[in-house]
Amino acid sequence: MSFLDMDERLIALFAKADLVYSPLVDAKIFPENVDITLVEGAVSSEEDLHKIQTVRARTKILVSLGDCAVTANVPAMRNPFGTKSVYDRAYCQNVALDPGVPDQVVPPLLPYARPVHEVVAVDVYVPGCPPSADVIFYAVTELLDGRQPALSSMTRFGA
Amino acid sequence: MTLAAAVKTLKIDGRDCSARPDETILDVARENKIFIPRMCQLEGLSTVGACRLCLVEVKGSNKLLPSCVTHVEEGMEVTTTSERLDQYRKMIVELMFTERNHICSVCVSNGHCELQTMAQKLDITHVRFPYRYPQAEVDASHDRFVIDHNRCILCTRCVRVCDEIEGAHTLDIMGRGIESRVITDLNQPWGSSETCTGCGKCVQVCPTGALVEQGRSVAEMEKRRNFLPYLTLMRGEHE
Repeated sequence: MSFLDMDERLIALFAKADLVYSPLVDAKIFPENVDITLVEGAVSSEEDLHKIQTVRARTKILVSLGDCAVTANVPAMRNPFGTKSVYDRAYCQNVALDPGVPDQVVPPLLPYARPVHEVVAVDVYVPGCPPSADVIFYAVTELLDGRQPALSSMTRFGA
Repeated sequence: MTLAAAVKTLKIDGRDCSARPDETILDVARENKIFIPRMCQLEGLSTVGACRLCLVEVKGSNKLLPSCVTHVEEGMEVTTTSERLDQYRKMIVELMFTERNHICSVCVSNGHCELQTMAQKLDITHVRFPYRYPQAEVDASHDRFVIDHNRCILCTRCVRVCDEIEGAHTLDIMGRGIESRVITDLNQPWGSSETCTGCGKCVQVCPTGALVEQGRSVAEMEKRRNFLPYLTLMRGEHE
């Protein structure tokens, strides 16, 4: 949503870049030779882990976007309790109809939700919950122009 | 001793400074408007040198010295900012984040937190060390206050203000090293404490969202510290 809050600046942005993969496009497979990837969210499940490894392998500049990617943030609040209690809470305690932990479709949780950079190398960090549209626009345009964005005066953890 | 002999002269970041012999490097830096980062130190409370953020370089010593507890010496040459110091300060703050479960986005002190502000000031955009995710308790048994150990950095400001200013010494530290915890009385629920006067000074001096008022939602907790310099000033003049 914060990304879309760039509003008409998105048009200027996509004059310089092609959107090749996102939850908003039809492509199902992450393409090869991507210049910049913005990654949201903590690495929480086995599916996340496989995805981020593919993304890293096919991306030149990997950007950790937002507190969940940078610090694991709210998804990490489950970490002190262990996955069993999370599954119990989500699929057993609060479920009236056919309670039980799913063994298909839902990807298995990793023991801990981790920040992206604990799993693969990250090139740029954009903290914020969420980073504002201004921050995202600045970061992306700097990267498109071949510069490393200096973000610490613009955003912070929890911003 | 004459007044002249009692004055120490030193250099901080190349600037000539004068000081009383009982002053620390941090005192003199503050008087000369030279900023040294710190978390555990708070004017009006005793100094303990716990957080190590105020480490400085002193010529002739290859150890870094905590400026809040290092007294000035004649001819001292102090450096408060360098690449080496910057690296250590960043590491210290990053390790504070890993040691407990600091989730800024849902914290009552979001936007008013000294840890969060310090991270930004030190240009920390991510934490390079693995987070520990300890199981930490929240004690909301007190009528008006809450202690959330997930957000405690063990600066001990609360312990000191309770002992030194309020004179109750309800709060203290239990355990050692990474297992240390702030406790009330003999590690009992805060609400059952017989020594706590409910003054709330601990809450106001806490740099993070570890000690907060009941009923505050995300980003609503702002600390009020004005009482501390006032009380210190008034008590000093009448002793």
